[in-house]
Amino acid sequence: MGISVEGAVKSFGDFQALDDVSVEVPDGSLTALLGPSGSGKSTLLRAIAGLETLDAGRVTIDGEDVSTKPTQKREVGFVFQHYAAFKHMTVFENVGFGLKIRKWDKAKIADRVHELLNLVQLPGLADRYPSQLSGGQRQRMALARALAVQPQVLLLDEPFGALDARVRKDLRAWLRNLHEEMNVTTIFVTHDQEEAMDVAGQLVVMNQGRVEQSGSAEDLYEHPANEFVMSFVGEVNRLGEDFVRPHDIEVVLEADDRTEEGVVKRIVALGFEIRVEFVLGDGTDVWVQLTRNELQRLELREGQIAFLRPVQAKSFNGSTPSDPPGASTPQGSDDGGDAEVSAAV
Amino acid sequence: MRTASPAPSRWALRVVGLGYLTLLLLAPLVAIFYKTFEHGLAPPIEAITSTNGLHALKLSLLMVVIAVPLNTIFGIGCALLLVRHKWKGNALIDSVINLPFAMSPVVIGLALFLLYGAKGWLGPDLAEAGVEILFSVPGMVLASIFVSIPFVVRETVPVLQEIGTEQEQAASTLGANAWQTFWRVTLPSIRWGVAYGVVLTTARVLGEFGAVSIVSGSRSGETETLPLYVKKAFDNFEFPAAYGASVLLALLALTTLLAMNVLKRKEDA
Amino acid sequence: MEAHAQSRPVAPRAGLHLPGVGTGLGRGTVVLYLSIIVLLPLAALASKSFEDGLGSFWAQATSPPAVRAYELTVICSLIVVVINGFFGTIIAWLLVRDSFPGKSAVNAVIDLPFALPTIVASLVLIELYGAHSPFGIDIALTRVAVVVALLFVTLPFVVRAVQPLLIEMDREMEEAAASLGAGGFTIFRRIIFPNLLPGLAAGVALAFARAVGEYGSVLLFAGTLPNTQVSSVFISTQIESGNENGAAAVSVVLLFTALAMLGLIRLFQRWGSKHERSQGAGAGGLTVMPMSGNFTEKEADDENR
Repeated sequence: MGISVEGAVKSFGDFQALDDVSVEVPDGSLTALLGPSGSGKSTLLRAIAGLETLDAGRVTIDGEDVSTKPTQKREVGFVFQHYAAFKHMTVFENVGFGLKIRKWDKAKIADRVHELLNLVQLPGLADRYPSQLSGGQRQRMALARALAVQPQVLLLDEPFGALDARVRKDLRAWLRNLHEEMNVTTIFVTHDQEEAMDVAGQLVVMNQGRVEQSGSAEDLYEHPANEFVMSFVGEVNRLGEDFVRPHDIEVVLEADDRTEEGVVKRIVALGFEIRVEFVLGDGTDVWVQLTRNELQRLELREGQIAFLRPVQAKSFNGSTPSDPPGASTPQGSDDGGDAEVSAAV
Repeated sequence: MRTASPAPSRWALRVVGLGYLTLLLLAPLVAIFYKTFEHGLAPPIEAITSTNGLHALKLSLLMVVIAVPLNTIFGIGCALLLVRHKWKGNALIDSVINLPFAMSPVVIGLALFLLYGAKGWLGPDLAEAGVEILFSVPGMVLASIFVSIPFVVRETVPVLQEIGTEQEQAASTLGANAWQTFWRVTLPSIRWGVAYGVVLTTARVLGEFGAVSIVSGSRSGETETLPLYVKKAFDNFEFPAAYGASVLLALLALTTLLAMNVLKRKEDA
Repeated sequence: MEAHAQSRPVAPRAGLHLPGVGTGLGRGTVVLYLSIIVLLPLAALASKSFEDGLGSFWAQATSPPAVRAYELTVICSLIVVVINGFFGTIIAWLLVRDSFPGKSAVNAVIDLPFALPTIVASLVLIELYGAHSPFGIDIALTRVAVVVALLFVTLPFVVRAVQPLLIEMDREMEEAAASLGAGGFTIFRRIIFPNLLPGLAAGVALAFARAVGEYGSVLLFAGTLPNTQVSSVFISTQIESGNENGAAAVSVVLLFTALAMLGLIRLFQRWGSKHERSQGAGAGGLTVMPMSGNFTEKEADDENR
């Protein structure tokens, strides 16, 4: 069931949450809406669910315009950041809620609920109350609840945002597997680029109520449409007009016409990866990602002078993050105005 | 850290605080039971089961049966309106609801008296239509509703704010319509707050004296609730009756306290 | 789901919209109910008091016996809120920070004056502090009786206003003060008290409003003698003697006092919410009632500490 949003506009008072947003989500895909807080990603997700009414624009699910359909008729499964568990109901009653609303008979409800509790690995907790579960368990219960009614699409709003790092990592892998198994069109919202890249097949990067770029994780990383996307999906240094990733800078001990001189300010060992911070002549801070072996070969010390050579830099010719709405691009293709500068070594 | 209060000053605080409570609250409570039963169980029971006593009890219960459900339904609806629907009139509604808290019951009684009295705005017309409000049960019901309007609203509003709307949204994504959401999600989530408000409403209706005394005319066996019965018995030097009815009311008050405590715990759970 | 304008970007969370509640019909019903039950009678009261013009209203509202009743009422109420402000704070502190056997029973008994019918309170106070007092204290039918009756009735308002503030108060503040060398009394004066003040003020204002309007508990205990007549009792004697205009005029004065107290309580709450976490202020711009904290707060939680 593909989802398409066309020209979505939504404002809350003076705040423009969605500013002419169009997004295509292919049938069966796992898509991440990625962006900083206030970028409109949650509002977009809620508009797809019908929890928010758009000021203008259309939402289409499986070819049908659902813009005016109330939430309860849209057949979407929605998972909330803070679980939205029904506190006065047991896990069983929570998961069975949608089925009860649909007037299933008791035996069928029981079968389905237990099937789902097995799926989300919570068997045996049916009689607990949400307050007796851990955060991760609650979120899995919420997911089971959303899946119980066999929704056309599954929408997750920062599903792991309230969980601690360890649990979050487990649940990511688990969500990916679940999606492969169920193959239901899934959209999830996150502000964590690593999480988005880890889980999703397609990413939609949003900022200030607009779509900056969409595509696969690799597309976005290798061919960012603009400075915003480049800095949001990975680490970046700015060298004059150019942007360069920390691992795309070579450190050499002899100058040539493409190098810049810098002083080593600090060397931070993060295991195998080493982070070396430089100060350039004009005062710019730049950091470079090296491996332990490279560092040993270069024998860098703090205070030492070395030379930096960008291997692969990008410049966006003054294009700003808040490009015209046309900046939302189809998968994979680069935006016309951007020039890619590859420095030959 | 236990607050660094040396033992003597802590003891002083205890003596002062608890001593004050004992003199002001505890002693009266003990006194009323002692006084009522000092000549055995028979006199107060006899007084309460007298025709007038029983009638007063029934009338007090009638007030509860009418006023409490009305104010409960109104209270839940009004709280939903205040919390979930922004409207510029909400501040005004909020103020009006608070009024009965701060107003003298006598003023409430007088206002009803002047509206429905023989020379009031509505009194003459209603009398012509054969509807008697003042000095009869309808007037007393109106007074009871007036004095107890705030409680359910006040107890429901914070609970509604606290539960937020996510559970309701979740219910709607699962296919529940607005009524289903209300009955299955909203109401069960606010039930202890509502129940708490209902207990306070009941206590206030049962105990109301000033407003009801003015609109009822306090005719024994006709328009006399328990508090009015206590007053009249006292005025007529029928002390066993006055104390008997008082003990009954005090027992109801203690039940209220118990219910309040239980509900508070449930609400916090 | 009905679309409705939200003015704040932070909380665009549309909630349950019951069919009817948010519509004109729902609002109409609420407004109608309040109008019939509350506003219409009050309008009749105001109209009656101004029936013979402003001059007559003023004459009635400021007649010597009326003024004497106001004076007694206000002076007694002020004495009462000062005393209960003091003892109420101590009791709240004991209930939150101290532990002693029977604490939860004491905590429950605080609400007794609220649950006990005022006329019963009056009767009991006569028994204890009247002609047959077991303590040999006979103050019935005096002005002291007015004070004692009002003390009884208003105690819960102060305790329940202060208690939740003490529970929620960040103890790290006190620990910080102690680490900076402050002693017990300094901590109370400089740290605890300033934080309690807005809530205490709101509780005191509510207690004052309640005291000014009190009727039942004063009636039997202090009597209806000219020198013990508080305003409420004065009104009822005027009704009995058929002077409805006089009763209405004094009632309007009391009504405005009540409104002023409610306004004051709002100010105190706004003041209090300034140093509270901003979360409370969120709640849709709704100004919460005088007692919002009083009966719902989690005082029970703290009992076992």
